[in-house]
Amino acid sequence: MLNRRNFLRASLAVGGGMLLSARIPLGAYAATLGKASPDAVSLNAYVRIAPDGKITITAKNPECGQGIKIMLPMLIAEELDVAWADVQIEQADLDPRYPAQIAGGSQATPVNWLPLRQVGAAGRQMLIAAAAAEWNAPATDCTTSPGQVLHAASGRSLSYGELATKAATLPVPNLKTVPLKDPKTFNIIGKPTRNIEVPRIVTGQPMFGIDVSVPGMLYAVFQKCDVHGGKLIGSNVAAIRTLPGVRAAFEVKGGKDLHGLLDGVAVVADSWWQANRARQQLEITWDEGDIAGQSSSDFAATANRMAAGNPEIILRRDGDVNAGFGKATHVLEAAYHYPFLSHIDLEPQNCTASFADGKVEIWAPTQNPAPGSKLVAATLGIRESAIKVHMVRAGGGFGRRLSNDYMVEAAWISKVAGAPVKLLWTREDDMRHDFYRPAGYHFFKGGLDADGNLVALSDHFVTFSLDGAVANSADMGPAEYPARMIENLEFGASLIPLRAPTGPMRAPRSNGLGFAFQSFLDELAHAAGKDPVAFALNILGKPRLLPDPPGPRAGPGFDTGRMAGVIKLVAEKSGWGKEKLPSGTGMGLAYYFSHLGYFAEVVKATVSGAGAITVDKVWVAGDIGSQIINPLNAENQAQGAALDGIGAALGQAVLIDGGKVVQGNFDTVLPLRMRQAPPVEVHFLVTDHPPTGLGEPALPPALPALANAIFAATGKRIRSLPLKDHDLSTTA
Amino acid sequence: MQYTITVNGVPHSVDIDGETPVLWVLRDTLDLKGTKFGCGAAQCGACTVHLNGLPIRSCQMPIAAVGDAAITTIEAIGQTKVGQHVQAAWIDLDVPQCGYCQAGQIMSATALLTRVPAPTDHDINEAMSGNVCRCATYTRIRAAIKRAAEAGRA
Ligand code: FES
Ligand code: FES
Repeated sequence: MLNRRNFLRASLAVGGGMLLSARIPLGAYAATLGKASPDAVSLNAYVRIAPDGKITITAKNPECGQGIKIMLPMLIAEELDVAWADVQIEQADLDPRYPAQIAGGSQATPVNWLPLRQVGAAGRQMLIAAAAAEWNAPATDCTTSPGQVLHAASGRSLSYGELATKAATLPVPNLKTVPLKDPKTFNIIGKPTRNIEVPRIVTGQPMFGIDVSVPGMLYAVFQKCDVHGGKLIGSNVAAIRTLPGVRAAFEVKGGKDLHGLLDGVAVVADSWWQANRARQQLEITWDEGDIAGQSSSDFAATANRMAAGNPEIILRRDGDVNAGFGKATHVLEAAYHYPFLSHIDLEPQNCTASFADGKVEIWAPTQNPAPGSKLVAATLGIRESAIKVHMVRAGGGFGRRLSNDYMVEAAWISKVAGAPVKLLWTREDDMRHDFYRPAGYHFFKGGLDADGNLVALSDHFVTFSLDGAVANSADMGPAEYPARMIENLEFGASLIPLRAPTGPMRAPRSNGLGFAFQSFLDELAHAAGKDPVAFALNILGKPRLLPDPPGPRAGPGFDTGRMAGVIKLVAEKSGWGKEKLPSGTGMGLAYYFSHLGYFAEVVKATVSGAGAITVDKVWVAGDIGSQIINPLNAENQAQGAALDGIGAALGQAVLIDGGKVVQGNFDTVLPLRMRQAPPVEVHFLVTDHPPTGLGEPALPPALPALANAIFAATGKRIRSLPLKDHDLSTTA
Repeated sequence: MQYTITVNGVPHSVDIDGETPVLWVLRDTLDLKGTKFGCGAAQCGACTVHLNGLPIRSCQMPIAAVGDAAITTIEAIGQTKVGQHVQAAWIDLDVPQCGYCQAGQIMSATALLTRVPAPTDHDINEAMSGNVCRCATYTRIRAAIKRAAEAGRA
């Protein structure tokens, strides 16, 4: 039966039992998300209850380590009231029936929290109705315990499996009004739930994109121009064809879109090693174009020059910032910089594609399959209906796999080679052909009054543009903290033209802005002679909701009370200000609101006389609403996000020289290692707000908290990253 | 060239260029996909296997250099007591996020625990710092090594 109002459908499943499918427009959830056009988004869920009582739930979103594959089914299983052990989870392919198959933006929780529970609750109600009909008893007299309907008065019970086929024929309830469980009675939500994939992971089962194998498959590598978007002029490709194992080698003429197919030379061989070996013999002539002149050192000089003038764009203006500085008793100026970063997913980009008879089948470790399918269709000149994309587990995403360049390359190479191919990038390919976290330069000025209050603040943000528009993820909004809390404030921006591709990286924008703003605020706190915690609470003021300025990123606003709450919690848990620390050791605080999550973090760090940094410990306090859905995964994600920030702060930068990325492997971009990784203590403040995600918001405070700890430990202010470029030694 | 290598107790004959790294022989010739490629430069440890019980980076070892040495991979590490304890601890503490590094982590951890049944934090740092976890599950990896060590003593 179909209820048109809420698009819930129940039908008989193949082999008996009930199949519940829901398609829910997300208009009702717009408020929690602050989405401009929520009607465009809808959400789907599939649940099958088999006659043997087994429940199968389809996981529609891509999995790249964020734990989504079990979190979403937990919501359905809870309200359906089944035993978690009876639930099986299937990974969906890219399917037009699921319009929002994306891992990004920490959106899965806020988007799915209510609707998926409603789907489960509707299923439960239908099973109750089926039992009530069977027993000729009023439905209100029936209850459920996991996997069965009970009639307490008569002591009768029927299992979901026995009821499913009958339930499938009953009218479906209205999702909007179906009663939900009292969270106090949750059996699954809020319980530490292990990732069902771990037994396969620890035994080395093939499950990642790189592990895909299809009959007749060959292996491919693809050499592009290391100057982004460079054009191919000629190559010795004919000579490559004679090398051992090589089955095909050919030039590819691509387009201009850095996210699409670019110029290059493909080598296809019997094994990946042979393909990559042959590639090393390639001699290619490139037209590197005018971008070959770009270098990181020039960017820095340009930023300094721009900072001397007025910003090209005003992002926000409150009060009169110059008058504010005039009245201030203390004015502080400082320039901050953070570098370009590469995502360094541990599994290098790869994709398997099989093109035959005008159709292509693709196995892709992607965070965002739908645009990939469109890109393949447009590039190969085929209809989207001729493309099938299987989503394969990804060895890390962090935003890199929101782009699908590897997908279109694999599809193209398969087509030209006339065989299924697995395209696998080297680490160097991966680092040199990324969509980088954009670098940024901030020129701050802050004014303090005689009582140490921040009365004026300005930021001239020098960032990057691509083709005249602000580069991807290089923008800053008018609501950047502490805007709305400072009487006289001005944010402006100037743009350096850039040709290197940029894109979102875990906590986009926030991952750089957080470092710059939270470090400068710490600097102001010390200049004001205030404890950073007290200084922060003073800026936040009394608890209130500050609405967002209108614009594409307007959300539900900023709740000063929630921010203050996590600052107080992290101060308490870390023993902030309580302990006399040995010389060379310090604690730093930072706090940040992003992706609807409020996080405050304290880092304790020690700097040796020789300048070596030891991160002793990190405390994380987060407010992501009323419910931590899976505490086991939440802790892992929050720890990982904080350590991700620590790793980036310590040892990571991507530099551009002559239009090329200098770094190529983990000897120059340093990932965090075991010996550097401190314990991370995670605390959640449970508040009466809808649950939101945490894949991202725990990251931004970690970098400035570490930089601020180093200041506390050494008196040296860190105004640029990474830390490995700073000499912190005190002994000669 | 024809080479015979012993992987997980089974001899395999392969006709291959002697310079081919063991990593690619395992993955693409023998279809043992558990061992992973992360850097190809001895920088990440994703490709860690055991050679006569010692952890090596298989991306750096040409097949011609293996000789009679016994190779053990993630697919068979559960056949040892220590390997079983490590796998159980990994499951119990829900260590992985994306999971991509974990085969290499488990191979390094098993080699450590075989050599040092009760490792200190320092031992763990020394033995595990060649294995990158991009998802930074280090806190749990450390805890799981200690858990497996306890299980070994029980
Ligand atoms: S792939 Fe061998 S160490 Fe990274
Ligand atoms: S779990 Fe993702 S790299 Fe370690």
